[in-house]
Amino acid sequence: MVELLPLWSAGLAVGLALTSALVALFSGRVVSLLRILAMPLFALAGLAALVAGLSAMVQGDILTAQLPLGLPWLPWRVRLDALAGFFLCVIGVVSFAVGIYGGGYVRGLEHGRDSLPVLGGFSGLFLTGMLLVVLADDAFMFMVSWELMSLSSYFLVALHHDQAANRRAAFLYLLMAHVGGLSILLGYGVLAAFGDGFAFEAMRSSELTFGWASVAFVLAFIGFGMKAGLVPLHVWLPEAHPVAPSHISALMSGVMLKVAVYGFIRFVFDLIGEIHWQWGVAVLAVGSISALMGVLYALMQQDIKRLLAYSSVENIGIIFIGLGLALLFLGTGHKMLAVVAFVAALYHTINHALFKGLLFLGAGAILHSAHERNLEQMGGLLRRMPWTGAFFLIGCISIAALPPFNGFVSEWLTFQAALQSWQLDSGVLRSLIPITAAVLALTGALAAACFLKVYGVAFLGRARSRHVRRARQVPPSMRAGQGVLALLCLLLGVLPTFVIALLNVVPQQILGQGLIQATSQGWLWLTPISPETASYGAPLVTITLALMLIAGLWLFGRGIRRVKRCDAWDSGFAPPNPRMQYTATAFAQPIRRVFGLLFHIDEGVKLQPDGRRRYQLNVNDRLWELLYLPVARGVERAARQVVRLQSGNVRTYLSWTLATLLVLLWIMA
Amino acid sequence: MSLSSWGVALLQALLYLALAPLLAGWVRKVKARLQNRRGASLLQPYRDLYKLFGKEARMAHTASPLFRAAPYIVFTATWLAASAIPFIATGLPTAAVADVIVIAGLLALARFFLALAGMDVGTAFGGMGASREMFVSALAEPAMLMAVFTLAMTAHSTNLSSMVDYQLLHSDILRPSYMFALTGLVLVALAETGRIPVDNPGTHLELTMIHEAMILEYSGRHLALMEWAAQLKLLLYGVLLVNVFFPWGMAQGIHPGALTIGLLVVMTKLLLLGAVLAASETALAKMRLFRVPAMLNLALLLALLGLLSYVILEV
Amino acid sequence: MGLDQLSLLQQLMITLSAMALFTSFALLEQARLVAAIHAFAWQGVLVAMVTAVVAASGGLEHLFFSAALTLGLKALLIPWMLHWLVRSLELDRHKEPLRHPALVIMAGVALVIFSYWLVLPMVEEELMFTRNIVAVSLAMVLIGLLMMVVRQQAVTQVLGFMSMENGLFLAAVSATGGMPLVVELGVAFDVLVAMVLFGVFFFQIRESIDSLDVDRMNRLTERTDEE
Repeated sequence: MVELLPLWSAGLAVGLALTSALVALFSGRVVSLLRILAMPLFALAGLAALVAGLSAMVQGDILTAQLPLGLPWLPWRVRLDALAGFFLCVIGVVSFAVGIYGGGYVRGLEHGRDSLPVLGGFSGLFLTGMLLVVLADDAFMFMVSWELMSLSSYFLVALHHDQAANRRAAFLYLLMAHVGGLSILLGYGVLAAFGDGFAFEAMRSSELTFGWASVAFVLAFIGFGMKAGLVPLHVWLPEAHPVAPSHISALMSGVMLKVAVYGFIRFVFDLIGEIHWQWGVAVLAVGSISALMGVLYALMQQDIKRLLAYSSVENIGIIFIGLGLALLFLGTGHKMLAVVAFVAALYHTINHALFKGLLFLGAGAILHSAHERNLEQMGGLLRRMPWTGAFFLIGCISIAALPPFNGFVSEWLTFQAALQSWQLDSGVLRSLIPITAAVLALTGALAAACFLKVYGVAFLGRARSRHVRRARQVPPSMRAGQGVLALLCLLLGVLPTFVIALLNVVPQQILGQGLIQATSQGWLWLTPISPETASYGAPLVTITLALMLIAGLWLFGRGIRRVKRCDAWDSGFAPPNPRMQYTATAFAQPIRRVFGLLFHIDEGVKLQPDGRRRYQLNVNDRLWELLYLPVARGVERAARQVVRLQSGNVRTYLSWTLATLLVLLWIMA
Repeated sequence: MSLSSWGVALLQALLYLALAPLLAGWVRKVKARLQNRRGASLLQPYRDLYKLFGKEARMAHTASPLFRAAPYIVFTATWLAASAIPFIATGLPTAAVADVIVIAGLLALARFFLALAGMDVGTAFGGMGASREMFVSALAEPAMLMAVFTLAMTAHSTNLSSMVDYQLLHSDILRPSYMFALTGLVLVALAETGRIPVDNPGTHLELTMIHEAMILEYSGRHLALMEWAAQLKLLLYGVLLVNVFFPWGMAQGIHPGALTIGLLVVMTKLLLLGAVLAASETALAKMRLFRVPAMLNLALLLALLGLLSYVILEV
Repeated sequence: MGLDQLSLLQQLMITLSAMALFTSFALLEQARLVAAIHAFAWQGVLVAMVTAVVAASGGLEHLFFSAALTLGLKALLIPWMLHWLVRSLELDRHKEPLRHPALVIMAGVALVIFSYWLVLPMVEEELMFTRNIVAVSLAMVLIGLLMMVVRQQAVTQVLGFMSMENGLFLAAVSATGGMPLVVELGVAFDVLVAMVLFGVFFFQIRESIDSLDVDRMNRLTERTDEE
């Protein structure tokens, strides 16, 4: 019975998520039911998923089951192996935190105009969809759950549909989700054609030629990449994520993008079979471009949620850099190195889920208490919201990949994997991979600059507007949700050896080999390749930092002695007022000037009729004009051609019917 | 990893602390001599630190607890990064705690908190310093890591101790990749430690400062810690340049005689480096902020050429 | 075929050719005309040193003469002539910054990697060492051509052309131990004559269209009714 614990736990998670949805949908007049019952059920569902995932990884078995749903000749199959278990952990932990946070957050919406049954119902359905995608063992169940996930998140994005911009964002999201879904379906179709059936088991044993395998790979890459938010298919991300309620944005950025990563890993590493190194180069290139462009876009934003959405593009790029390296090493026969890169990608997956979830929950807290999303209006929030400020700082340090938090560990692992490229035979690859690593370094430094900007402008300094000056502390449940994620960020940074020991079963099952040397020197030292090559003593670094910090504060500060206050330096002119501080736009100006040609920047000073001058700055995505608008125009032109079929004449339609009938009869004869 | 090697590692860390102000004083003295002045004594930085520690610290009304904690974090992170770099001996356990990427990460942590402290008080100076600092470091980071990768790919390890051992073993080989990496790292070090031509360490004019702008509001012991951290960073980069590229003379065990020789040799190398730095600071002028990307692009190009030389010519 | 298996002279050759590649990039990036001429002079010096090292390691005495010729011609005479030309055209303070320096550098690096990929099929054991230097020299030729594409000033175009010739010379010296002396002398005098002709032409061009911007040479077409 204990062996089936993972499956039962996963089933419980799905059940709880569905119950949460139903409770919310039927809550009707009783608005507080969402807060009291639906959100705690949501959190419990996350907890059950976490338990399922952890037990699946600890046990290391592959459990399968068949559900009495689906088509008669294609029943739904469920499979819980280590990879699914890992992603169940990712979904579970963030959903748990969001469930705790959500209780306090929806309380603020109870007196508003938002439809709470819709919010709660579709949140539950969203979680159900994601859980089922990870558990699916055949393409049919996978696609149905994928659709459930996409549709329910569409309704959540369109929650505030009274504004036209939100409707447009939701429509773009729905459109791109479906184009991506179609691509994925076609990819499964290719595999199914060769594998004789839609079950994953059949696809696994199929033999594909290089050409067809590449076709399937490209289809899957486009489909899953679009959902994950890789450049150039990322444009829906910064439109849709900011518009949704903040805890849903945390789920979308933190979890849904990871489900797309899961789909990609499942398809390419597990189902396709033989891997070719050229795919690795493509994934590596797209990943690097996404990482760099994502962080540069993020630096240009003033809307905090849009900034966080672009930063998700960057981090997904980093995950795909790891996956690309893994594919490259697998294709050239270096399985050990592929495992290192694979583990780096998985570690960054859980890291990003944790810190991006934390940051979105923090942004939601700011929105809840200060009703502000624009960085230029914020300031000095650390004084008004100390807990949120502290947790947000942990999130910023983690996402900037600074030791001793978790973001640094996954970046370190990715660098170590890239540096092993000296073992490759091809000289061209040996020179290109370190260049990719340098791009990753640039991305990391720019991400640190970006989140320094966010934290410095929003939480430090002085408030730039009245309502921000009056912001209040958020309710305890919201603080608790953020605290859980912040604590995990710290733990995953300080104890990487334990995490990798737990993770090791995933590459063992998928790639056939785990990281043997990773903990060979004990739990203190992380040595992914070998002790002589590289080692990182994370607990030692943390303990030394903490000890010296405390010693310094004690020796020099004599405990927490009050320090006398005075005025800030003002060069002898007027006392500094909040308008004299650096704005977010000003902070990013040097970087905007150097990297400006990658964007479409409109900057100018206009003289207005009333004699005042107006400074305007617009930073736009070049991809819109280069890729999307031409495609949209082409589609419209094609549609206009098709419109000619619509003559309005009944007899024309009947003649079309007659012609089709004749052709079909002739074919069947 | 015996107890005595940990002891030597601790000694090395303390030596870093003790000698950082001396290097700063030496550079200042040589610069003064080159400019026909007598200059302050070599021990003046020590006296300055002592004076600052004794003075009362004040904070602005608008400063938050982060302002108070930042000097300790910056100092600790810089000191920890420095102690991982082989100073007088290789093979010490601290090199296994932090490899070169962790050192870069710790320096980035110090920089992050320094910039946060700059933005904390809510004045224009701090914001300007923080913005410029992140800008320069963002452009310097790929060049630095690329140069380090060239070294790591040659020595097949990112562990600094292994790199030094490798260089000691194969010191009879002329490597163009090392030459390019050294030049690139020198340019990066000039940018990261805030020396001319990127930033002027002796100025307090708002249009010309980067590092000084961020620590403008600090006083007393907080300022002492920030200054000491900046001196440690200079020593850190100096030791990185002389010990990884020219490691001859370093002790390869923990024998007291070898350690003393190692100390003397590295001090001589640092004195030479300090003199060269002083000469270049006297000869060059500080660049406009938007000319700095050109210099850092040159550093990146040199690092790239180093990598390409390694891949094309040396393997 | 690691570096430690090569003799000191061969390692010196590798270092010098890497430095010559750097001067190619320096020529590509340099905005100031006089500094570009100096970079070209240094490139000449480095190529001459490589020739001397090849002569010393192989015992080929005529290469010493070749080295001296390269030094005299490429490092001293031609830069001096260009310097005199620049001064008489009053272009000493002329600056021509590239519009997208980062893109140009990336293109240069891509050319280096491409050259390396091209010579990879030469896998014979004894050719490995020279193959790598041939890769570097091919890169120098391509970067010289890139320089001619990217730059607009006529004098920098000449520098690009000359650096292409340097690259070819380096390839010849390292791969085949130099060319026969007669060919060497012939090429050297051809280059000298070309330089003199360039000088004469520059004065003529400037008189016709009042500028030495290569893009403006399209004024020398038949469509005079537009002016």
